[in-house]
Amino acid sequence: MSDHNYVPSSKLGKWFNDRLPLLTLSAHLREYPTPKNLNYWWTFGGILTFCLIAQIVTGIVLGMHYVAHADLAFDSVEHIMRDVNYGWLIRYVHANGASMFFLAVYIHIFRSLYYGSYKSPREVIWILGMIIYVLMMATAFMGYVLPWGQMSFWGATVITNLFSAIPLIGESITNWLWGGYAVDNPTLTRFFSLHYLFPFLILGLVILHIWALHVPGNNNPIGIDLKKPSKDTVPFHPYIVIKDIFALLLFLIVFAFFVFYSPNILGHSDNYIEANPMVTPAHIVPEWYLLPFYAILRSVPDKLLGVVAMFASIFILVILPWLDTSKVRSAIFRPLFRQFYWILVLDVLILGYMGAMPAEGTYLLIARIATAYYFIHFLIILPVLSSKEKTLPIPLSITEPILGGAPKPEMVKKDKLH
Amino acid sequence: MSEEKKPKRRDFLFTASYALGAVGVGAAVWPLVDQMNPDQSVKALASTEVDVSSLEPGKSITVLWRGKPVFIRRRTQEEIAEARSVDLKDLPHPEKDEDRAKNPEWLVMLGVCTHLGCVPLGDKGEYNGWFCPCHGSHYDTSGRIRKGPAPTNLEIPKYEFVNTNIIKIG
Amino acid sequence: MKKYFKSILTIFFSLSFLCQNAYSAEKQELLKVDWSFKGYFGKFDRASLQRGYQVYNEVCASCHSMKYLSYRNLAETGGPEFSKEQAKAIAASFEVTDGPNDDGEMFTRPAKLSDKFVNPYSNDKEAIASNGGAYPPDMSVLVKARSGGANYIYSVLLGYEDPPSGISLDDGVYYNKYMYGNAIKMPKVLEDGLVEYNDGTEATEAQMAKDVVSFLSWAAEPHLEARHKIGFKAIIYLFILTLLAYFSMKRLWSRIEPKI
Repeated sequence: MSDHNYVPSSKLGKWFNDRLPLLTLSAHLREYPTPKNLNYWWTFGGILTFCLIAQIVTGIVLGMHYVAHADLAFDSVEHIMRDVNYGWLIRYVHANGASMFFLAVYIHIFRSLYYGSYKSPREVIWILGMIIYVLMMATAFMGYVLPWGQMSFWGATVITNLFSAIPLIGESITNWLWGGYAVDNPTLTRFFSLHYLFPFLILGLVILHIWALHVPGNNNPIGIDLKKPSKDTVPFHPYIVIKDIFALLLFLIVFAFFVFYSPNILGHSDNYIEANPMVTPAHIVPEWYLLPFYAILRSVPDKLLGVVAMFASIFILVILPWLDTSKVRSAIFRPLFRQFYWILVLDVLILGYMGAMPAEGTYLLIARIATAYYFIHFLIILPVLSSKEKTLPIPLSITEPILGGAPKPEMVKKDKLH
Repeated sequence: MSEEKKPKRRDFLFTASYALGAVGVGAAVWPLVDQMNPDQSVKALASTEVDVSSLEPGKSITVLWRGKPVFIRRRTQEEIAEARSVDLKDLPHPEKDEDRAKNPEWLVMLGVCTHLGCVPLGDKGEYNGWFCPCHGSHYDTSGRIRKGPAPTNLEIPKYEFVNTNIIKIG
Repeated sequence: MKKYFKSILTIFFSLSFLCQNAYSAEKQELLKVDWSFKGYFGKFDRASLQRGYQVYNEVCASCHSMKYLSYRNLAETGGPEFSKEQAKAIAASFEVTDGPNDDGEMFTRPAKLSDKFVNPYSNDKEAIASNGGAYPPDMSVLVKARSGGANYIYSVLLGYEDPPSGISLDDGVYYNKYMYGNAIKMPKVLEDGLVEYNDGTEATEAQMAKDVVSFLSWAAEPHLEARHKIGFKAIIYLFILTLLAYFSMKRLWSRIEPKI
């Protein structure tokens, strides 16, 4: 993993480190040479790590009070909100934490798309990230089912019914998923079990994601390969750590406004009505972070093809490193790519918005156009751009474009010892 | 900025940041700890009222209070006499029966062995009181430990007679 | 990048604004009340909560349950804050079924602080049967379970009107300006002077609606005051720590280059 040889100063440290090189790992993480020109869009990796830990901790705590049973789940959530000491706070942090997690992950993904972080040699980091993203969606979806409100129940019904689109075995699969002939208690208990398990899978994948990152090192805003360590890099600790902390604190301020002053604004009021298999709410919408996919699903008139399109829209991201083959990573030096990038951002926002609107009339038409454009962007525009686009000249190092801002290598060295 | 002054100011800034950060972490951890304490609905059940009007002398009932059994025994004259005649010197945990049962006829105590928390059996043991089957502790007719590994007498909860028929525990 | 970012956001928000207007054009604008519990420092009005409980108890409770509330809640801080004795007296005025006793029989006794609010019906089916086929919803979290929240419920309570010409309703169905679909199975219940407030407040229709909706808002979110108070402290704290982190960062990075 690391190419330096760390020798602990104390005897005990050396004894331990020879047997389990944790101190070497820690030294590697601290000294990890990071491009010094990373902007604030790069702080979301740290923010996401925080989100994952916060969700796991609050989730374990909620699990101490929650009862996974169709007759008791809604009651136990109200018990948490009313009687458990600080239960309301912990639940609101967990519920809004999911939204904040997705907000951060979307910024993280779009940062990667803009600066070409998915390109060689970072394809594995990108694919691991996509697996994490899919697991996050599965976890969030199952978590939303647990309070057993109307949206929980009907959301679960609609999403699990996607699998009934599979020819021949569709019905067997949905019955297998439900443990019955409809969403009911067996479904709830298995969702709880998996909702508890998945975050730990995500945690494991995050460790791999970071490991894979530390092999080639960070990409950076100008997207060039750096010599490491060099005058273009700074040690991770303390320079990047403090920057990540500062960004995290800003993020926490936004988080706190949601938790304390509008804790239910991102949820749906129908989820405060207990699940009722006899009555469907007038207008079923998934959580906001799933809306673009929901829009894609609904814009295809065929049931099976709609499901296929939805899964394809995620899978297409996985193979992105082989669709966009331009050697230039950063959009800064790709004027055409940059414009299409922003059109894609707008397209995804429109898809999200249409996912929240009823699937009829003009809304449906716009959603269809947006869906088509989404696939065109990845399948046609990116491959064509890769071969045709005339890119701008690329600087040789980070310090070159910032004339006069040359770092003092002797200062950096002093800090390392400090 | 002179070279000597710079480190001092830097130290103060960093120390303040660390200290304030630590306060915040502490404040954020507290709700996660406190949520395991008894919640509001549990605390609201902290007292129970028991109607003992139908209890005959020499009989006892067991009621659940705060998740633990409470023995309520209406003692016979012999049992009272036996409990009160014991020499305090013979007791591992000396307590007068008069202090344990304000109204001598009624003995109210937690049915939890002070050794390791099992529930002792009534009308058993070498002292005609209670006997804990887990590790062989013998209690007398006042619920005092006489023989075996338990260190102290059976605990007396806070209770009062609301009227002649009703005991309020807690 | 900034330029693009701004224009993308502008396009998106103007588009969504247009859609939103088209979508909500047919919706009835709700009556708005300046609730004391809104805003960063919002608190409940105790007197209003106490009156609201009275309205709930004398008017709503004959059909609507509040199964997640206990009588002890009435005395808890941040709520109506009845004294403990008052709350005990309120509880004792209700009969609850307890048991089985030692003879294996259920019996009734006066309610205690730890008991849940007594349900007007023994089960949901009875509730539906007694109300012409419409289930009177449990009101514990009703305010959170309706989009529009407190304003919506307030509006519905005051929204009864004669149906406009051309609309005919079945027996037992009433016209309500704010109700979804304009048809509601609950008759108009509030009339001026329906209850008599102890504190001398005049029991007008609007006053009673306001009081009972305040009460329901508290019932749905009993820790609202604590949330506002802790939230304010947390955000002030985060601002200060963010500033400290910012200056620490500036100082550390000054070793590398003059600005980040």
